[in-house]
Amino acid sequence: MATLLIAEHNGTELAPATLSALTAAQQIGSDITVLVAGAEAKAAADAAAQCAGVSKVLLAEGDSLAHDLAENLSELVLSLAGDYSHVVAPSNSVSKDAMPRVAALLDVGQLSDITAVLSDAQFQRPIYAGNAIATVTSKDATKVITVRAAAFDKAAATGGSAAVETVSAPAANAASAWVADELSESERPELTAAERIVSGGRGVGSAENFALVEALADKLGAAVGASRAAVDSGFVANDLQVGQTGKIVAPSLYMAFGISGAIQHLAGMKDSKVIVAVNKDEEAPIFQVADYGLVGDLFDVLPELTEKL
Amino acid sequence: MKVLVGVKRVIDYNVKVRVKSDNTDVDLSNTKMAINPFCEIAVEEAIRLKEAGVATEVIAVSVGTSASQEQLRTAMALGADRAILVESEDGAEPLNVAKAFAKIMEQEEVGLVILGKQSIDSDNNQVGQMLAALTKRPQGTFASKVAVDGNSVSVTREIDGGLRTVKLELPAIVTTDLRLNEPRFAKLPDIMKAKRKPLETKTFADLGVEAKQHIQLDKVEAPAARQGGVKVGSVDELIQKLKDEAKVI
Repeated sequence: MATLLIAEHNGTELAPATLSALTAAQQIGSDITVLVAGAEAKAAADAAAQCAGVSKVLLAEGDSLAHDLAENLSELVLSLAGDYSHVVAPSNSVSKDAMPRVAALLDVGQLSDITAVLSDAQFQRPIYAGNAIATVTSKDATKVITVRAAAFDKAAATGGSAAVETVSAPAANAASAWVADELSESERPELTAAERIVSGGRGVGSAENFALVEALADKLGAAVGASRAAVDSGFVANDLQVGQTGKIVAPSLYMAFGISGAIQHLAGMKDSKVIVAVNKDEEAPIFQVADYGLVGDLFDVLPELTEKL
Repeated sequence: MKVLVGVKRVIDYNVKVRVKSDNTDVDLSNTKMAINPFCEIAVEEAIRLKEAGVATEVIAVSVGTSASQEQLRTAMALGADRAILVESEDGAEPLNVAKAFAKIMEQEEVGLVILGKQSIDSDNNQVGQMLAALTKRPQGTFASKVAVDGNSVSVTREIDGGLRTVKLELPAIVTTDLRLNEPRFAKLPDIMKAKRKPLETKTFADLGVEAKQHIQLDKVEAPAARQGGVKVGSVDELIQKLKDEAKVI
């Protein structure tokens, strides 16, 4: 039994989600190989080699692996998968894109977004936006798994000394080409990695008013999040959406302003350690999950909080 | 160019699901069912392509029980030309669904397949990617913009850090994200007309697909309920609680 863990990284560093997925991999079995793939990823591979419990690191570098094209990444993983009983990745927009391809090409099912490892074949995963938890058993020889990072503690990034081996990058798929990225530029922490998140909803009212949310976030060193309503209304970019189909987060502190608490939003943040809700509607469902609720106008509360903290 | 769209029958997104008392599954008896919201967006996108003269025919396909005919009729009321139901038990696995779509894609010589990125019941987010892999065609997942240009399609995708645009040769598979479009509502005359549009029923066996079990559902439980906390009366009290009680600031 051996596990291939596909790292999430930025070329130089591992994403925190990789360390959470490593914890899940350690719960599955002890023989863990980490695959670090990218246009240039040597530094990230060296970081992976330092992680406790990693037996080996495979580094694949090449132009075909730039921009995370699923067609190419899945070919690479497929070419290595024969040596492993489990192929595991943290759940993110790259693995969601590529891992089902790997599963289909291996003719196996995929276990998406697992939140608990019960044995090497039995896992738990949320269904219906987290309103039910399914316990499932994989009947396949190779288990293809994505891991919900928020459900696992981060493994130690030090203490290991695995060897880094180079593997060749696949040929680029001619039918699929990268054209352009339009990435959000922000000095704030990344949502899924943040220890604190300040989120705004429809109640914030406009893109301009979101500056109030951002001011508090900056005071707290927090990431900025949003509900679907706020994103759909154009207040903030789509990649800030927290919820069933957006980012799943579990920070130490989640502060929700003007968010009513639709089940789809709660699905993305209800595992946060401490939840604060500020809403002028005292019947808002968000108060049912909030540790601290304050009924009030966010336009009064936000500036006051920012000033007093 | 023919466009194939996927339609899944799921619990209405406004309804909160209940878990059965014997923990075998969720309880969907007497529950309002609807087209999966992401599939609705896929249907809308296909219809817009037809209205723009890019698509010649829109075929709606569902894999599910015979009750899924209701959602296929809705898709036809919205503008799909015809429908195919691949009859199966409830909860068909993504890989089996993808295999059925692959066969239909081949039989119908489809130029573009548009599917929802995930269904709001099983939350798997797999079928589109699996279909692309099985048919060896390129994929544009989590699309917020789709533009067909001759033999290729540009897809702007929602990714973790923002947006990414890729160019794919047709035939291709696209999966929809929330902001691709705003689906229209079906009009009454169209609902009547849809009753006369062709709806063909097939089985996995008809398509030559062996539906295997890959993942066994052992148990379904309600999640641990989060206890609501306290209401505070002022910003000062909130700050004091966060500092002294929760110790998070």
